[in-house]
Amino acid sequence: MADLTSNFLGIKSPNPFWLASAPPTDKEYNVRRAFEAGWGGVVWKTLGAEGPPVVNVNGPRYGAIHGADRRLLGLNNIELITDRPLEVNLEEMARVKKDYPDHALIASVMVPCEEDEWKRIIPRIAETGCDGFELNFGCPHGMAERGMGSAVGQVPEYIEMVTRWCKEATDLPVIVKLTPNITNILLPAQAAKDGGADAVSLINTINSITNVNLDAMAPEPMIDGKGTHGGYCGPAVKPIALNMVAEIARNPGTHGLPISGIGGVTTWRDAAEFMALGAGNVQVCTAAMTYGFKVVQEMISGLSQWMDEKGYTSIEEVVGRAVPNVTDWQYLNLNHVTKARIDQDACIQCGRCYAACEDTSHQAISMSEDRVFDVKDDECVACNLCVNVCPVDGCITMETIAPGAMDERTGKVVEKEYANWTTHPNNPSATAAE
Amino acid sequence: MPQTNRENGVSPGRLTPADVQANFADLHPAYDEHEALVAADRCYFCHDAPCMTACPTTIDIPLFIRQIATGTPEAAAKTILDQNILGGMCARVCPTETLCEEVCVREVAEGKPVEIGRLQRYATDTLMAKGVHPFVRAAETGKQVAVVGAGPSGLACAHRLAMLGHNVVVFEARSKGGGLNEFGIAAYKSTNDFAQKELDWLMAIGGIEIRYQQALGQSITLDGLQDDFDAVFLGMGLTAVNALRLDGEDKTNVTDAVDFIADLRQASDLTALPVGRRVVVIGGGMTAIDAGVQAKLLGAEDVTIVYRRGQEAMAASKFEQDLARQKGVTLICNATPVGIEGNGSLTAVTFAYTETRDGKLETLDETFTLPADQLFKAIGQKLGDTPDGLTLDGGKIAVNDAQKTNLANVWAGGDCASGGDDLTVTAVAEGRDAAMDIHATLTGAS
Ligand SMILES: Cc1cc2nc3c(=O)[nH]c(=O)nc-3n(C[C@H](O)[C@H](O)[C@H](O)COP(=O)(O)OP(=O)(O)OC[C@H]3O[C@@H](n4cnc5c(N)ncnc54)[C@H](O)[C@@H]3O)c2cc1C
Ligand SMILES: Cc1cc2nc3c(=O)[nH]c(=O)nc-3n(C[C@H](O)[C@H](O)[C@H](O)COP(=O)(O)O)c2cc1C
Ligand code: SF4
Ligand code: SF4
Ligand code: SF4
Repeated sequence: MADLTSNFLGIKSPNPFWLASAPPTDKEYNVRRAFEAGWGGVVWKTLGAEGPPVVNVNGPRYGAIHGADRRLLGLNNIELITDRPLEVNLEEMARVKKDYPDHALIASVMVPCEEDEWKRIIPRIAETGCDGFELNFGCPHGMAERGMGSAVGQVPEYIEMVTRWCKEATDLPVIVKLTPNITNILLPAQAAKDGGADAVSLINTINSITNVNLDAMAPEPMIDGKGTHGGYCGPAVKPIALNMVAEIARNPGTHGLPISGIGGVTTWRDAAEFMALGAGNVQVCTAAMTYGFKVVQEMISGLSQWMDEKGYTSIEEVVGRAVPNVTDWQYLNLNHVTKARIDQDACIQCGRCYAACEDTSHQAISMSEDRVFDVKDDECVACNLCVNVCPVDGCITMETIAPGAMDERTGKVVEKEYANWTTHPNNPSATAAE
Repeated sequence: MPQTNRENGVSPGRLTPADVQANFADLHPAYDEHEALVAADRCYFCHDAPCMTACPTTIDIPLFIRQIATGTPEAAAKTILDQNILGGMCARVCPTETLCEEVCVREVAEGKPVEIGRLQRYATDTLMAKGVHPFVRAAETGKQVAVVGAGPSGLACAHRLAMLGHNVVVFEARSKGGGLNEFGIAAYKSTNDFAQKELDWLMAIGGIEIRYQQALGQSITLDGLQDDFDAVFLGMGLTAVNALRLDGEDKTNVTDAVDFIADLRQASDLTALPVGRRVVVIGGGMTAIDAGVQAKLLGAEDVTIVYRRGQEAMAASKFEQDLARQKGVTLICNATPVGIEGNGSLTAVTFAYTETRDGKLETLDETFTLPADQLFKAIGQKLGDTPDGLTLDGGKIAVNDAQKTNLANVWAGGDCASGGDDLTVTAVAEGRDAAMDIHATLTGAS
């Protein structure tokens, strides 16, 4: 049996599944039940400065994108950080940590960008016995208008500065939570590293408007006839998060910086994918908010089964395993030739592949009078569109053309050697192949 | 389907081998992976799910369906088998329409439940096809437990006890295990010798020995078992049948439905199994339906099931009644047999109409006669002889919530014990629960 125990920055937890800082972790009642349900750790709902807490809207906070049958695919929210007094949160955190010493409890923090504010609150929170800090430089709405959250996360200099203050204020690990609302994720990640961060976590939510009420002519969720952009999360954001995680993991400047992967983790597979791309653990919010705490049971059993099947015995063996295979486009092997293959026994003759290829791609699928669909090798560029639009799993696959065989489309023999764009004759700045 | 043999009387080979084979194919063929994923996608992962409460073994249905949805049917199977070691058989034979699927929120809301039974089969079949037995025994406790009967209740009890580290000896009267899974369940529900395969798979836990042709009350006694073992579990099912108490019940070709079904289940060549041209079945439960439908599938020309009360009182579910009608079986309600006709061999059965007045069933004067050359009695099974000293309750061995009988260190479960419906899944639940209480007792935890 694979060992799922996780050691992230020296913080131990029974498994790598943590609840992200959000409503699921906003109070003692939730967190206790989450630990009982099997979650390995929590990042407590973001704490703000002392004094009167923030207030939330009193109308709807969420909007959503649904698939057919109302499966929730993306969630959008305009909630702020915790709206409960700091003192109450700290007492609860201390109580929970005392009762669950083997589970991870991280404090998420967001206070105004002033040195004494951060240096005062960090030691105070540390008294709860928490295992570390997560600096919330990510929330894209509300708090950003007040110069916090993503307003900080979008300015690398601020990230570095605040991270340094916090590192000076505590010996506990400091994780910097990054906003995806930025063009190049490497800059804030590098800044966090330069400021001394022990890790980065990403992604926080993405600026979004999920839908517009066409009767009221206002975005949803609508508060008294007006709406504002919210933060997008859930299954829909996973691809964006995975890419950002991979970029940080493979970039020489940030490679090796521990990462806590967040964004759309819904099943064991999502978690395994984040970890393969370099995340040391994962954090989950929307899946728990959609299905309840129990959903972690599937993540645990699935990850464990998959690791057993693959012969991985510990989380460390999985983390970063796919990173060496993430590369730039220019290094992809242009001599690797594939062709689409339609399994006629599996084909249900819907013609979706035909429509896709004929109308929008390369006119590489033929259709007979009696609805037999076949790939024309002399036209197929191997784009994979037909594979993706076919409703039957595994019906259309890509076959690799062996070196030495003819590519009917180009009329050239497939070469055995790897060759990429950097050496391609059509590339004006090609470096001569050695 | 061309009739190849229209002879009157009870005769084999009424249909071609190919037709018989097609007739006895899997009632609900197994899902392939794509079908399973689509079916699993419909589950809402309900909180405190009603389906789970309705399952007598309380399988965590939302979790196992989610495990299928995420591509880990083996983990799903483990979730199922944790609660119900015969989850494979139950997936085939449970009347889901009156259990989990009846209360699925999507059945209630849309009249179309998540197909829990078929998903359960997909998961368990996937695991068993890999030959994996996902449980290991705890360290041996040195305790010996006797289990009487290798049916669902006995096997579930034995497996759980073995898993907890006890040594189990199962005493089985027949020369084959499985109980009604092997001898009773309709052939089209359990195809390809599944009952024996499941039994072999279950035995892989180790620590269980089955001794065949050892009947309690004959070669062994309860006193003897109590002396030789630390605990005894009784799971011998219902071995006696109710009688019609009519003249002519001894005529040739008047038989118990359960015997016909057992013969059918054990036949190596179904075309060699004789069946009547015109068959009448008396009863209104699962056994009546199974006998009628299987007689029809063997090639009987006319099959009529006659039940003495109204349709709403039938123990067979709506799904099973519909299945019978769909296979061409005629159902007649509110009629009770009054005469078995024929000179030596059966030729017809005469019925009187009935009516329920003030909750009492009354037989009316008007009668009708159905020509018949074979009559199956399916009017209920009952407890056979039981060892002295056991307290009975309503014709069954009285047990408490933990399946304990009145005798020291004797537990009972399944059809022979009081409480619960006479279903495979209930037998499994009771066998398992008895094992847990036996374990608690033997290890001093209670
Ligand atoms: C025709 C028919 C169809 C059915 N169809 C379904 C269905 O589709 N779905 C469903 O859920 N349920 C069905 N049932 C009910 C189900 O089969 C039973 O509820 C279930 O098998 C009960 O399990 P058990 O272990 O209590 O008893 P059994 O299955 O009856 O097993 C008892 C075992 O004990 C052995 N035994 C008996 N006496 C002794 C003795 N003195 N000493 C030693 N061993 C002994 C027997 O040989 C047998 O192996 C059906 C029943 C019948 C008769
Ligand atoms: C309602 C809601 C409130 C959130 N509040 C916070 C917060 O206070 N602090 C924070 O760092 N992230 C917050 N987040 C972001 C999540 O922690 C997480 O980064 C994001 O939802 C992506 O993960 P997911 O796809 O698993 O939901 C919030 C998300 C939601 C949906
Ligand atoms: S891979 Fe692309 S080009 Fe080739 S057949 Fe499919 S859709 Fe057409
Ligand atoms: S359908 Fe009912 S129980 Fe389900 S989420 Fe909506 S309100 Fe709650
Ligand atoms: S009641 Fe139906 S939808 Fe809900 S968990 Fe059970 S099977 Fe799924």
